[in-house]
Amino acid sequence: MSIDDEVVKEFLVESHENLDQLDRDFVALEADPGARDRIAAIFRTIHTIKGTSGFLGLPRLQTLTHAGESLLTLLRDGTLSLTPEITSALLAMVDVVRRILANVEATGGEGAEEIDDVVAQLSRLQKRPTSKPDAATGSAAAPTALPVGPPNPGPRSAPAGAATGSGPQPSSTQAAPGEVPGFASAAPPGAAPSLSIPAAVSDPPSHLFVEPLIAPQIPAQSTRQQHDPPAGSSVAESSIRVDVGLLDRLMNLVGELVLARNQVLQFSAASKDPAVLGTSQRLDLITTELQEGVMKTRMQPIGNVWNKFPRLVRDLAVACNKKVSLQMEGAGTELDRTIIDAIKDPLTHLVRNSVDHGIERPSDRVAHGKPEGGTIIMRAFHEGGKVNIELSDDGQGIDRKQILARAVKRGMISSDRAARMSEREALNIIFLPGFSTAEKVSNVSGRGVGMDVVKTNIERIGGTVDVSTKPGHGTSIKIKIPLTLAIIPALIVTTGGERYAIPQVNLLELVRLEGDHARAGVESIQGAPVYRLRGNLLPLVYLNQVLGYASDHGASDIVNIIVLQADDRQFGLVVDGVNDTEEIVVKPLGKELKAISAFAGATIMGDGRVALILDVLGVAQRSGVISETRERTLRETLTQDDVRNAGREALLLFQVSEGGRVALPLSKVARLEEFPRAMLERAGKRDVVQYRGEILPLVVLREMLCDDDTVPDASAPLQVVVYSERGRSIGLVVDRILDIVEDDVSVKAAGSREGILGAAVIQGKVTDMLDVHAVIRRFDPQWLPQDTAA
Amino acid sequence: MNLPRQLCTFYLDGLYWGIEVTRVQEVIRYQEMTRVPLAPPHVRGLINLRGQIVTAIEMRTRLGLSPRQENNLPMNVVVRSDDGGISLLVDEIGDVVEVSDATFEPAPATVQVSSRELLRGVYKLDKKLLLQLDADRLLEPSRGVGS
Repeated sequence: MSIDDEVVKEFLVESHENLDQLDRDFVALEADPGARDRIAAIFRTIHTIKGTSGFLGLPRLQTLTHAGESLLTLLRDGTLSLTPEITSALLAMVDVVRRILANVEATGGEGAEEIDDVVAQLSRLQKRPTSKPDAATGSAAAPTALPVGPPNPGPRSAPAGAATGSGPQPSSTQAAPGEVPGFASAAPPGAAPSLSIPAAVSDPPSHLFVEPLIAPQIPAQSTRQQHDPPAGSSVAESSIRVDVGLLDRLMNLVGELVLARNQVLQFSAASKDPAVLGTSQRLDLITTELQEGVMKTRMQPIGNVWNKFPRLVRDLAVACNKKVSLQMEGAGTELDRTIIDAIKDPLTHLVRNSVDHGIERPSDRVAHGKPEGGTIIMRAFHEGGKVNIELSDDGQGIDRKQILARAVKRGMISSDRAARMSEREALNIIFLPGFSTAEKVSNVSGRGVGMDVVKTNIERIGGTVDVSTKPGHGTSIKIKIPLTLAIIPALIVTTGGERYAIPQVNLLELVRLEGDHARAGVESIQGAPVYRLRGNLLPLVYLNQVLGYASDHGASDIVNIIVLQADDRQFGLVVDGVNDTEEIVVKPLGKELKAISAFAGATIMGDGRVALILDVLGVAQRSGVISETRERTLRETLTQDDVRNAGREALLLFQVSEGGRVALPLSKVARLEEFPRAMLERAGKRDVVQYRGEILPLVVLREMLCDDDTVPDASAPLQVVVYSERGRSIGLVVDRILDIVEDDVSVKAAGSREGILGAAVIQGKVTDMLDVHAVIRRFDPQWLPQDTAA
Repeated sequence: MNLPRQLCTFYLDGLYWGIEVTRVQEVIRYQEMTRVPLAPPHVRGLINLRGQIVTAIEMRTRLGLSPRQENNLPMNVVVRSDDGGISLLVDEIGDVVEVSDATFEPAPATVQVSSRELLRGVYKLDKKLLLQLDADRLLEPSRGVGS
């Protein structure tokens, strides 16, 4: 059977949406087990999936949903009432359905998803089985509907004739399965091209609900809709799906239109012709409205992310033996879709945290005079051009002392520092990497990764996170994020005749030095320019030097310093001119330019020309601001740790050929490894080994330093010194590791060949000092970041 | 297969080049562009093409040909790519030419290395040779881009 890809795709999209709705329905149902319309809605969703899976030839999915449907039938008839056990079983079914659908999406087949357990559980729960459901498995056929129609109480006879003679099918019509036996044979295929698809009829007439195929033409339909407003399914008829790429293109074009409009307005201002003035004014208005409209199409309600939280909270609460209810306010608050994607994970993490750490066990809560069940409230609202999201719980709050104690114990801060910390500073410790207050690692949280990731993710999209807590009363987390990522405020500067945009997020302040201040203000430490900013030394970076426009910065009468924050360092960027702040539209750079770390993207300025957006972190790295300071901190730590050995350095001694002793500072060695020769693989012209999930390129020092490519012993394992810099590693293959010694590293003789810094006498023997950078440069000039290689 | 193939042709340093017409989005006159410091030498700058930011590649540099004289403004051949497209700066635009695979031959080994990398092959036309650019290779970022 050849399955039309379009149909499958449609089915997947449809089903994913329906399943999300299911999660919410189930949780709502648990709160209000009597809600018949919810059960009916769930039933319809499962039924649709079952029908379609039968049609598409997905037997496992069909069997599974059939089992669920049978159980739901009993619930809907009131034969059974909902218990947590049943809910869990049904939710488990939903999960398996999701996994099967994921398989279908990925491979086109159902995969080997295990369904027997769930099916058995579902069947077991039908304690009073009626005679019908099982017998009817896959026996007859019913039309498959794509989206499920509104609920339809009571039996309704399906006018088979009406369906047959339906004629043109309105594209937006949604039909529910008609379940009249014999219906399929009465409706010739093709009468309703997209809908009359045979599938299984499994239900007796008592559960029958039929949606007329052409709903709007049947009078009963409209009256019923008035009386029985369907839960959340009527919107579908007035909306269509649009490719996001298309919206992005529209957005681009509208941006261009705005620029063209601006130019037209300039020309028309000079004109006296009333017709021209009138037309340009209309153009102005229409363009503005169009721009707003297109912006809106990319907006999505935050509810799209929140939807999955009721289920998440329920599952977590059950897992932790807690009672938690989730309230959501402002689910309709709209955000750009890129932001929606970006906040999904951080929010999930915060909700998990609240349930796991925030809300106490029921017994503890009662002991503290609180209601047994905890409450988590999520609020979203617009304020000052930003979206605020608040997540508060009425749990135990965060204990400042506990945080400090833990941070001290983990060596993250000293106890002195802890004693001096303000409450706010102490709370902010939870955002440090590696921090967790959980006593033990649970399934849910407590692995010490999380809050730092939450913070980084939110800050990456230009947002802020703020925690406030009242021990014993609860915690509240406030997140502020911009409405859209595509447009950011930026400072426009000029250097070398070109304009550059600096994202406002990184900007701290602007300093302008004129005249004598300009000449005297910039001091130099061994060639490194610095400026005293309120008594602290601020390293200066000249943008024209970073970008390669000029090799040195001449003395100037005016110095514009832009104080920027990169990671945890501040530095001053010196530019030729500061123009203005502007809202800019961020556009990515093409492949050729992505590798340049100094740029984050490009934007189109008001005059239609392109300006590059600076990546502040990239600029800082390129100019050495970040790595330099980091290395210095590292050195300071090392010296403190080992004061006695000040002036001496630990060296790794190894042999690269007969009698050739080479030394390398131990601080540069990440690890020593032994690889069997069988692990050696070739990539391109290089020897590599797989190492910790990565590919480690190997440099054979014997070949490089001694021009000697004889393999000493083919059976002996490779001795590899792993050298790492900025997250990349390279393996130096040596003949033999000799020793680790501590010695003075004063070089006695200059290097005799490339890759050797010089020679020193170590342990009474002449030993070559390895120049790792030179070796790597020779091996691959691109491996090292440019500023290091230079 | 002898299906006719259409090439959009242009001139570079006296040589006659072509690229599959299906890969070409449009051909436009010289545009103002924004320089990109630190970029590979063949990247001339960025062009705003109706809101789309297009990287302009100086094909003479890319192919290792002699530099163009300052006062000769190049033309843009905008080639589609999945991340916005690139523009090839060429000396002059030719016609769209229909070629047949029968006249195709791979590049001889003596062609300069820098050119051969992007040279898919040669069509032997009646009066001259038409060098076909390899569009796929062209759209890959060139090696040797500084970090």
